[in-house]
Amino acid sequence: MSFPVSDVVDAVYLVAVLIFILGLKAMSSPETARRGIVYAGIAMLVAVGVTFLTFFNSDNSSWVFGISLPVNLGLILLGIAVGGFGGYYWAKVVKMTAMPQMVAMFNGMGGGAAAAIAAVELYIVLPQAASQTLMITASLSIAGAIIGSISIAGSMIAFLKLQEWMPSKAIVFPARQVTNMAVLVIGVVSGGLALYTWSIFWLLPFFVFMLAYGILLTIPIGGADMPVVIALFNALTGIAVAIDGFALVNGSLGDAGYGMVIAGTLVGASGSLLTFLMAKAMNRSVSNVFFSAFGAVEETGVTMKGSLKPIEASDVAVMMQYANQVIIAPGYGMAVAQAQGKVRELADLLEAQGVAVKFAIHPVAGRMPGHMNVLLAEAGISYDKLFDRDEINAEFPNTDVVLVIGANDVVNPAAHRQGSPIYGMPILDVENAKNVIVIKRGKGKGFAGIENDLFYRDNCRMLYGDAQKAVGELVSALKK
Amino acid sequence: MSADLWTALFIALLAVFTGYEVISRVPVLLHTPLMSGSNFIHGIVLVGGIVALGIANNTPELIIGFIATVMGAMNVTGGYVVTERILTMFDRSAKKKGGSP
Repeated sequence: MSFPVSDVVDAVYLVAVLIFILGLKAMSSPETARRGIVYAGIAMLVAVGVTFLTFFNSDNSSWVFGISLPVNLGLILLGIAVGGFGGYYWAKVVKMTAMPQMVAMFNGMGGGAAAAIAAVELYIVLPQAASQTLMITASLSIAGAIIGSISIAGSMIAFLKLQEWMPSKAIVFPARQVTNMAVLVIGVVSGGLALYTWSIFWLLPFFVFMLAYGILLTIPIGGADMPVVIALFNALTGIAVAIDGFALVNGSLGDAGYGMVIAGTLVGASGSLLTFLMAKAMNRSVSNVFFSAFGAVEETGVTMKGSLKPIEASDVAVMMQYANQVIIAPGYGMAVAQAQGKVRELADLLEAQGVAVKFAIHPVAGRMPGHMNVLLAEAGISYDKLFDRDEINAEFPNTDVVLVIGANDVVNPAAHRQGSPIYGMPILDVENAKNVIVIKRGKGKGFAGIENDLFYRDNCRMLYGDAQKAVGELVSALKK
Repeated sequence: MSADLWTALFIALLAVFTGYEVISRVPVLLHTPLMSGSNFIHGIVLVGGIVALGIANNTPELIIGFIATVMGAMNVTGGYVVTERILTMFDRSAKKKGGSP
């Protein structure tokens, strides 16, 4: 009896997948979340290690590689070393504030890998005589390549926007919809032609146009919609990986495919769910986020009653000292100014003086799902002080002071006004508090390009300045 | 279609529900680590990269396969480290040491 390589490999993948699921499950509670990723890490290590066994032919006890063991295996080990070390080093040295773009970057890498695997499959399969099995493998590879290419190109644009190496606002150009649609159609048709004519000739235009489509799709999306975009590309990469898995299952080296099918589908499903949650938090559909170039058009014809009323930091400090409860509502402005450390100092000082401090977190505040939670956790603020929109909205009427730090659209009562571009978006109802202080860099409009009704309310005062500086002033005023 | 492919489809169907069930009750607090963690899990694509590079039998295939392997490996290690760093901040026992940045 020969060594049952295939059974060993499948059994190990089975265990790895089980641990992936348990690891993801552990991430549903803060107490167990860290354990979850460690489990998943071990499972990944084992799954990758056992994959090498798939090249072992147990019938004649030899290793089977495309060219030769030194060439193929050598390149595999070199590739893992280069990519593995690169990813590890980069993720280690980057600042915590750059997390959204790091997630986008590594997600793009996964999408690119999926597209490249599909490309290899196609280059191997298409020159062979067409058969039904090969036709299925090729079709699946084309599908995986479409999604993988969109995912890497789109993720790279998201990365550039978040890194501010290109403008983060919505960029629109004339005939955008028509151009994008044309690029998508040409790309998909090229892929179809590669299958129909059974020729590698069409692969180059196919990949070029699909990558171009991923770029064009993401360029018109503005920074504040990034939580939806990142979540969606994450889901897309998962789906691309799963489809590649199907293509492998259909081929001779099927064992590795099952792991990819399950893990990819898990990510595709959970990522899609998260995408819809994010879109729902803005009361918009996913297609609206992607195709409407939201934020590029400004609302006109609305005039504000009242005026913007500035206030000094020292007055705000006094106001907060005499409050029973202060709620802090942070937004992207806090992330940009990296003010979370100062915010913690402020919260500690207030609590030392007997003031209750809570944080109101809007699901889409910031640039990725849960962004504010990460920043506040980084500053060492305990997560039981952070409250979701639904949990805290009822508390605003009984709150003396709400401090809005660099948030705009997520606290804009225009969401309750019919005809406003953000009408219907669930917001933090900070306007109901007795006093609202808004820390804001200037008098400009929010990302959505609409006036914020809140700033003109009688109970609202504006504390102008960079969040880091303004909160710093509050801290020193409180220390006096 | 081969029996293997049908089997894989059944598995995928079940995985959709598993993914949905496992995730649907995750609090907003953990949305970032969840996304980052699933970002790491699709790093399993590295396995496909290894297979593709292993069966590559000419120079263009070797080059594309190598790119796939490098990208897959970056996805794995980068995704893991980012998730680990984020979760460390949520870890109360690790926070006792001070916590401020």
